[in-house]
Amino acid sequence: MAVFVEILKAVALAVVVFTFLAVVGAMYGVYLERKISGWIQARIGPMHVGPWGLLQTVADTVKLLQKEHITPRRADWLIFNTAPLIVAVAGLLDWVVIPFGTAFGRVLVVRDISIGVVYFAAMASLTVVGILAAGWSSNNKYALLGGLRSASQMVSYEIPLALGLLWAVMLAGTLSTVGIVEAQRASGWFLFKVPPFGLIAALTFLVAATAEVNRVPFDLPEAESELVAGYFAEYTGMRFALFQLGEYAEMFAMAAMAAVLFLGGWLEPRMPLWVWAGLGLAALAAALFIRFSALRRVLLVRPILALAVLGAVLCALMVAGLAAGRSPVLPSLLWFFIKLFALVFFLMWMRWTYPRLRLDQLLNLSWKVLLPVGLVNLLITGFLLTVAR
Amino acid sequence: MGELAAFIILSAVILIPAVVVVTSPNIVRAALSLVPTFLGVTGFYILLQAEFVAGIQVLIYAGAITVLILFVIMLTEGGSGTHVRQVTAQVPLGVTAALWLAFLLLLVLPRTPWPLSAGQPPQYSAPAVGSAFLTTYVLIFEVTSLVLLIALIGAIVIARREE
Amino acid sequence: MTVGLPHYLVVSSLLFCLGLYAVLTRRNAVAILMGIELMLNAGNINLVAFNRYVAPGAVGGQIFALVVITLAACEAAVGLALVMAAYRSLETVHVDEINLMKW
Repeated sequence: MAVFVEILKAVALAVVVFTFLAVVGAMYGVYLERKISGWIQARIGPMHVGPWGLLQTVADTVKLLQKEHITPRRADWLIFNTAPLIVAVAGLLDWVVIPFGTAFGRVLVVRDISIGVVYFAAMASLTVVGILAAGWSSNNKYALLGGLRSASQMVSYEIPLALGLLWAVMLAGTLSTVGIVEAQRASGWFLFKVPPFGLIAALTFLVAATAEVNRVPFDLPEAESELVAGYFAEYTGMRFALFQLGEYAEMFAMAAMAAVLFLGGWLEPRMPLWVWAGLGLAALAAALFIRFSALRRVLLVRPILALAVLGAVLCALMVAGLAAGRSPVLPSLLWFFIKLFALVFFLMWMRWTYPRLRLDQLLNLSWKVLLPVGLVNLLITGFLLTVAR
Repeated sequence: MGELAAFIILSAVILIPAVVVVTSPNIVRAALSLVPTFLGVTGFYILLQAEFVAGIQVLIYAGAITVLILFVIMLTEGGSGTHVRQVTAQVPLGVTAALWLAFLLLLVLPRTPWPLSAGQPPQYSAPAVGSAFLTTYVLIFEVTSLVLLIALIGAIVIARREE
Repeated sequence: MTVGLPHYLVVSSLLFCLGLYAVLTRRNAVAILMGIELMLNAGNINLVAFNRYVAPGAVGGQIFALVVITLAACEAAVGLALVMAAYRSLETVHVDEINLMKW
């Protein structure tokens, strides 16, 4: 009884908070994506609307809101209009179990469910129902092909995803996401646990997560060059935007989950003072080198300069804080977002670097590489853990 | 009170789409209506404080089995299957059997003295379920995994195109 | 009035009857499988409800519900593979047209 009311409250809170957060987050996710793609392709990306093009995606959203809703004549209107909602809601519901950090003595998480990790996997797997429904109801062969590709892809990549989740669960001994982060407080990041198996598990998880959110190199369901836009080819206006929202919400959620599972979530990395000082000096040296050489004029190098300066500032803060004897030097929210954006950047970098896989290569990768690797990894790690105990 | 309201809402969420599943002439709508039914059953599991079963229910039923069913519908009849007759000549028999069974069950259920016992289930069921699976029910666990493996191989062999 | 065991049993028996109706009347083999899934779900509700109200301390009912979910996945995979194979050789998924073996 109480459980149900709690869940109802949690869902209401999640919907209110994350509708806002996700709309803003997805808008800036798109902005970031366009800027990073510009950087990788030696362009400057959006520049016209607002300073450095910051308001470009706001303008795009306003434009999309004004567009007419078109339902194709032979489409199944009920399913056609419900499908974007399923995708967007499932993407947003992922966020219920993601812990952001600690403040005022409590963990910032919508709901710390005792089966948080299972819940996450379940919500991630719900998206495919919406995608398949959209693909079929559009009454368009490209959309149907996209939907079918998406179904086969997501059903096969759920298994390596679950194996990656299980690896962290096995080490932490709990299914709760907050519990997993707390377990890393004592033992350090799971990424470096039982080397090299932590790294293998993280890679399995990340590859499967990329496939699960249909991004390049696994974007066959929407492959622009073959299928127009795949399952959302027939969608216009805000319904199209809802698909984008769901996709970005889920991508950020996957990155956040990877940070929680393998990078210690909101915890501050614990390294001795001299490591921080060395890292800071290296970043400073790189920044100074770029600033005072001819490289400064190269378009590609400017973001590196900005990142190096930010890194140097971060390391300087850490050194100062550690020297003053503070234990968590910076607020936990900041660490969580640094890890989240590092992973998001990694995903975007992959997107603009690798070509798309063929469907048979995609399925082979899942069933013949990731699945055996994940299983063997789980087995060996379990064996090592029990022997060590 | 809240529990009763939740129960009634969830019952509606289970039964109304279930009626669509069994009666809709449009096979794809019928298959998609499985999703709310399964989610409603998940809500029942949460009400019954079996949260691990609830999580697995969403993961397997809503996320995998429905997708598999939709996949096969689209590979076989697809959208063309919405305009053909969907029921056999057995409708009178089916109606009679279903109504008769429902009548009997509803007659019997309230009159049966169930051996109820009060008490609270464990706060978090997942650890209890896990340890029970590997101790008391280990044989069932092993046999189920064997059946799963056999079904996996069997499905591949059956569905494979013959050379 | 609180929710008790009979409430769950009533809903699950209605769900079971709906599934039975689908199995008996549908032409499409996939729809018959959908009816079977409904019936399995009804059974699962019973298992978990009995677990909760008859033996709250134990987890036997939940264990069996999990086993049933696993077997339902197996059943769906094999059943749908059979439908695919039948469609490939007979070009129909309607059970009243698959009558080669019928005398």
